[in-house]
Amino acid sequence: MTTRRQFLKVSAAVGGGLLVGFRLGAPESAMAADGTLASPGSMGVLEPNAWIEMHPDGRTILTISGSEMGQGAMTVIPMMIAEELDLPWGEFDTRFAPADEAYANPALGSQVTGGSATVRGFYTKLREVGAATREMLVQAAANRWDVPFDELRTEPGVIVHTATGRQVEYKDLVADAARLEPPEDVFTKDRQDFRIIGKPTKRLDSPQKVSGQADFGIDARPDGLLQASVERCPVFGGKLQSVDAAEARKADGVEDVIELDHGVAVLARDWWSADQARGKLSIEWDEGDLADLDDDTIDAQFQERVKEDARAARTEGRGADALGSDENTHSATYRVPYLAHTTMEPMNATASVTEDGVTLWVPTQAPGSVQQVAAEVAGVDKDKVTVHTTFLGGGFGRRFETDFVREAVELSKRAGRPVKVIYSRPDDVRHDFYRPAAYNELSATLGDDGLPVTWVHRIAGPSIWSRVAPGMVKDGIDPAAVEGAADHPYQIENIAVSYANVDPGIPVGFWRSVGHSHNAYIVESFLDELARRADVDAVEYRLRLLESGSRDVGVLKRAAEMADWGGEVPEGRARGVALAKSFGSYCAQVAEVSIEDGKPRVHKVWCALDCGIAVNPAGVERQVHSSIAYGLTAALFGKVTIKNGRVQEQNFNDYPALSIDQMPEIEVGIVDSGQPPGGVGEPGLPPLAPAVVNALASLTGKPIRRLPIELGDEA
Amino acid sequence: MATLTINGRSVTLEVADDMPLLWAVRDYIGLTGTKFGCGAGLCGSCTVHVDGEATRSCVTPVASAAGKEITTIEGLSSAGDHPVQLAWVAEDAPQCGYCQSGQIMQAAALLANNPDPSDEDIDRAMKGNLCRCGTYNQIRAAIKHAARAKMAGADVQSGNQEVSA
Repeated sequence: MTTRRQFLKVSAAVGGGLLVGFRLGAPESAMAADGTLASPGSMGVLEPNAWIEMHPDGRTILTISGSEMGQGAMTVIPMMIAEELDLPWGEFDTRFAPADEAYANPALGSQVTGGSATVRGFYTKLREVGAATREMLVQAAANRWDVPFDELRTEPGVIVHTATGRQVEYKDLVADAARLEPPEDVFTKDRQDFRIIGKPTKRLDSPQKVSGQADFGIDARPDGLLQASVERCPVFGGKLQSVDAAEARKADGVEDVIELDHGVAVLARDWWSADQARGKLSIEWDEGDLADLDDDTIDAQFQERVKEDARAARTEGRGADALGSDENTHSATYRVPYLAHTTMEPMNATASVTEDGVTLWVPTQAPGSVQQVAAEVAGVDKDKVTVHTTFLGGGFGRRFETDFVREAVELSKRAGRPVKVIYSRPDDVRHDFYRPAAYNELSATLGDDGLPVTWVHRIAGPSIWSRVAPGMVKDGIDPAAVEGAADHPYQIENIAVSYANVDPGIPVGFWRSVGHSHNAYIVESFLDELARRADVDAVEYRLRLLESGSRDVGVLKRAAEMADWGGEVPEGRARGVALAKSFGSYCAQVAEVSIEDGKPRVHKVWCALDCGIAVNPAGVERQVHSSIAYGLTAALFGKVTIKNGRVQEQNFNDYPALSIDQMPEIEVGIVDSGQPPGGVGEPGLPPLAPAVVNALASLTGKPIRRLPIELGDEA
Repeated sequence: MATLTINGRSVTLEVADDMPLLWAVRDYIGLTGTKFGCGAGLCGSCTVHVDGEATRSCVTPVASAAGKEITTIEGLSSAGDHPVQLAWVAEDAPQCGYCQSGQIMQAAALLANNPDPSDEDIDRAMKGNLCRCGTYNQIRAAIKHAARAKMAGADVQSGNQEVSA
C-alpha cells in the first residue's frame, strides 16, 4: 500500500453531493466538451464528466457510458466502478450517458458502443474512477477521526478504522468528501481482492425487461407526437422524382405528407395509419445508376478485379511467387453474401425540433454521431442537441448508422412537431447497411509433410471504412475487409494476402464481428480442406502450424478437451473445429452436426474463449450463446439477394432468424489467461460458421465454399 | 370504434376496425411493453393473451378482440412477479429484451395449458417467437424453472446474485 496521498482540488457538488469524473488517461481532445455536462454548482472545480454521483441521503447514481443493446453494459459498467469504490452491489441507480465526448470509449476514441469494447475499453478507467472516489471517502474519514489514511479500510459501503473497529457509512462522509480534492495517483485492487469482478452476476435490467417497463427507442411518446412511415427509393442511391399523394392525404388519421430527397414520408397520429396511407402514394423514382445491378453482375465485378485491383495486405517470404506446381497446390474460391442485421427492434428515431434546439430519443450505438447529424440537419449547434439514448432492441452494428435520425430530425423540423420514424420490417431489411459480400480466391502449396509452405488469399469486396472514415483505409487496404485473413496466426513460410476494394454500390456497414464474420469462415474452411487433403486430424493440423504456448493453442486445446475431440461421436453426426482471434480475444469452437432431411442440424457447440479477465462470466457465457445464434443464423440462412438494384427479401419469412428448436446446446469454457480483458460481444461468432461447415464437410466429403450453407443433392 | 377489456380495464377507442390490436395497445392505450417486430405474425414480439390464448397482436384486428379479455405484459402480474417473470429473472434470460415480452406471454400461455412441458413441447410452442440475441437456451431453462416452481407451489427465487462479501 502507498503512504503518499495527495488530494488536489476542492469541489462543491450540488447539495453537498460528491460528483466525480476523472479524466484519468483520457485524451486531451476530450476535455473540450466538458462544460455541457455540468450540473450547476458542480462546475469550477471537479471535472464534471461524471460516472459517480453520491448524495448524503445514500443515493448513488452511476452513469452508464455505453449503450445497453443486450450485451450487458448496464450491469458490467457498474461492476467495474463498484468493485473499486467498494459499493454494495446493486445499491445504486443507473442512468444512460448523454451525448458527450467525456464518455468516449478509451479503446475507440469516441462515444460509440461496438468493437466488443465496453469492458476492454473502460476496464482501467472505470476502476480508477471508482478507486479515486473511494480514496476521497477514506480521506474524509481520516480527517474526521484524525487518524492516518492507511489505518482505514473499506468494506462495501462502509469505512472501518481497523485498530478500533470504528465504522462510518459512505453516505455520512459524502458531504465532507465533496470538499476534498481527487487524488493524483489512484491505486486499484489486486485481482485476488476483487469482490465483484470475476463473479457471475445477474443482469440489472431484467426486472424492467420482463415486465414491459424497459423503454426502447420505439416506445418514446413525447407530447404532440406524429409517427412517420417512409417510402424510400427501392433502388440504392435512387431519388424521388415525383409523387401524387392525394389519396394518402385523404386517408384516416393522416396529418401530413412530406417529400424527402430519397423518398416520401406519411405522418399520422399512430404509425399504422401512416403506414397504411403510405400504400396509397403514387411515386415516380429516379432510380439512378444501380437499377441494373444484381448478384451476378456484382460477382462478375469481384472476379474481374480481384487480381487487377489487388493491394498487398500481408506478404511473408516470397509471397505468391512461391506457389508451387499444380499437383502440390490446392485452390478454392469462397463467396459470402451481403447480410442484413434484422435487430428485433426495427430502426427508429424520435426527434423534437423546436426554436430552442433538438431533443432526440434514439436507440443508438453512437450518441455523438446522432448529435452531430441532428445538429447538421436542424441547422443548430451541437450543444443545442440533447440525445436520450434508450435501451436498444439489438444493435449488431446497425445502430452505428444515423439514416433514421436524419429522417426524424428533418421531418420534425418540417412538420413543426415531434416525429417518430419507424422502419417497417421490410424497410429494415431493404434499407440496411449490409455486411459486405466478398469473393475470395485461395491457393496453398503443401510441403512433403502436408503442411502449407505457401498461402495465397485474394479478397475482393466493398469497403466499410471508405464510407465511414476514409482515413482508416491505408494503401488501399480497409482493415475491416482483411481482418482475420491478413493476420491469421498460422506460421507459413510464404504468405500473400491481398485486397481489391470493389464497391458495387450496395451500402455496407459494421455487422457483428465485421470482417472476421467472413474471413474466419474462409481461412478456417480452406485450412480444413488442406488438412483433409493431407489426411491429418483438423486439430492436430492446426497445432502444427501454431506457435506453441500461444493463446491460440490454449483455446484450441481447451475446446478439443471439452468436446472430447477424437472420441466417439453419435451415429450420423460429425464434428468440425475452428479457431479465430478477434477483438483481443481468442476463441475455438467444436460443432457437432448431422444432416436431417437434406438440411444441416447443429446439435452442440463447445466453445473455449480466452477473453482475458472475464469481468462478468455470466455475461460472457451469454454473449457466446448470442454470437453462436447470430453466426448460425447467417451460416444457415443469411443472404440478401440483389436484383435490379433492389433487395428482394423483406421479412422473417424470406430472411429467417434461428428459432428455439434450431438452437444448439452450448458449452462455454472460459480460459483464464490472466491477461487484461479482451472483447466478448463478437469473438464467439467468427469460429461458428467454419466449425459447422467443417463438420458438414466431414459428413459429405465436400467443402462448402459459399454461405449460406447449401448441401446440394449429395447430402 | 371498439371497446376492449385490457388488463381488466375497459377501454373504448375511436380507431379503425382493422387497426391491428398491437397499434391500438401501443399508440392509443399507451401500453408499450408489447412490441412491433415484423407486422406479419412472423416473429412473436407482439404476443398478448386474448381470452388466455397467445395471440399475435400485429395481425389481430382490434374489432375482432372486442368483448374479449386481453392481457398484455403489463397485466400479466401486478408487480412483475408472475412465475414466468420470476423464472426469467432467476435464469438471467433477457439480453436486449425487445422480444422478451412476447416470449414471456407465449411461455405463460404454454404453462397455463401444459404445466410440465417437454423439450419438444417447448420447441413447438416457442418456435414462432424469434430472438436475435440468442437467449433460447436461457428461455428453455426459464420455462422449466417456472414449471418446477408452479408445480412446487412455491415462488421461484428472484433477485440478483449476491456478489458482495
